[in-house]
Amino acid sequence: MQETIGHSATGDLVINVGPQHPATHGVLHLVIHLQGETITKVEPHLGYIHRSIEKMCESLTYRQFIYVTSRMDYLSAHINNLACALCVEKGLGVEIPERAQVIRVLMSELTRIASHELWWGAMAMDLGAFTPFFHAFRERESINDIMEETCGARLTMNYMVPGGVMMDLHPNFQKRVKDFLQLYKSKIDEYDEMVTGNIIFQNRMKGVGYLSKEDAISFGCSGPTARASGVSCDVRKWYPYEIYSKLDFEEVIETGGDSLARYMVRIREMKESIRIVEQLIDAIPEGPFQAKTKAVLKLPKGEFYQQVETARGELGVYIVSEGGTTPYRIKFRSPGFSNLSALETMVKGSKIGDLVAAMGTLDLVIPDIDR
Amino acid sequence: MTEEVIAYLKEQLKEATWEEGTAWPTVALQPLLFKEQMQLLRSDGNLQFDYLFNETCIDWKTHLTMVYHLRSMQYKHQLVIKLAVDRNQPEVPTLSDVWQSANFLEREVYEMFGVNFIGHPDLRLLILPDGWEGKNPLRKDFEDPINMIRL
Repeated sequence: MQETIGHSATGDLVINVGPQHPATHGVLHLVIHLQGETITKVEPHLGYIHRSIEKMCESLTYRQFIYVTSRMDYLSAHINNLACALCVEKGLGVEIPERAQVIRVLMSELTRIASHELWWGAMAMDLGAFTPFFHAFRERESINDIMEETCGARLTMNYMVPGGVMMDLHPNFQKRVKDFLQLYKSKIDEYDEMVTGNIIFQNRMKGVGYLSKEDAISFGCSGPTARASGVSCDVRKWYPYEIYSKLDFEEVIETGGDSLARYMVRIREMKESIRIVEQLIDAIPEGPFQAKTKAVLKLPKGEFYQQVETARGELGVYIVSEGGTTPYRIKFRSPGFSNLSALETMVKGSKIGDLVAAMGTLDLVIPDIDR
Repeated sequence: MTEEVIAYLKEQLKEATWEEGTAWPTVALQPLLFKEQMQLLRSDGNLQFDYLFNETCIDWKTHLTMVYHLRSMQYKHQLVIKLAVDRNQPEVPTLSDVWQSANFLEREVYEMFGVNFIGHPDLRLLILPDGWEGKNPLRKDFEDPINMIRL
């Protein structure tokens, strides 16, 4: 066991951030070596809420295992379910009705807004601004209400099933989403006024937690974290699934590589998500919301991989099938795990106060890392 | 991936076995040539597989298989690399000096499957608690008398 308190062999002060710490957003444990106030080493200790989802999935059928994955990245539950459903569909070779595809994309983008919303509030709170948290949660609540009406749940929706979605949209859905968009578009400018333009905020973010483009690629970073370093890696653009190839949206890329760039990517991504929702909300085609599938699903022998873009980055589902009703081996390539591995490079040599700013913009969700 | 790149790969990766009928080109490498060929995939100007986004292991009960998913950020092509590993004495050269993402991914495979990565700078438990060594949860024959979940 390594020393986790006191002084290291080189005379650095060793302190623990977490597992119970408000800035780690869950039970992440970081052992930090300090020389004065300067960080010399960051060592993540994971596994405090590891539930062995991969092992569990080996004994669950292809219909059942999707529900477990809502608990990985609970802020992008829809998109997690979508990745699994798509992977199973790939193996089955099922054609998805267009209505289901549109509903799935709509739900994914609403989830992305809600997730970035929570990140925005929580990150501002990490830096000492309390008000944004309430603003963010107020808007997020409206999305949760829309979800609850259609899916029956607010966080772990379990709405995506192999072949489509579980049930049709609630009759109120379109009206409520439109109302929300109208309200939200005025709010997002308010966010800029409140936080983005704030000089204290800018000073805390600029140049902090710098990640170069080469490092971002080498560490396997994805999502807003990589795109803030100038890496073009949006799965929706490069390996489009569902109807993303037909939609008009921009891949948000910044080249700053620091915390402010990561912040700007997410703020701009919310606006892009609004654009996608606006394009689709009046164009939901009629028709069935689920393709006909067998009651017991059996995937052919082989390997299937599906990647999707969650709010945090690229989620990959890798299924190895032996031809039975349960997967032989399943692996989730979670975005947070790779993004976290870049943390040490980002904060080495900076002050301990900057650690929180850097970590806040990584947008870590611990169950996603631990799985 | 275009036909030319695949033809070029087949020329470059000697003694490799190509799998048929997979979604992405899949190739199994020989253990002795493994490290050298992986470095080639990373550095070759026509290939530039600079993004190792997934690395995992499969327990086939008779042997283990390491699976690497590679992507080129430049050309956006993808490749799956496989390597058969002895189950009783699993040893694989590390790739953490080629791709930095391999550092954490290999630590996860080390504790879950017991694969030893030769030359890894920091091969310690990452997820499992201290003192866990010796039992590998994701192997098929893993038994835990207390906490085993049977669904």
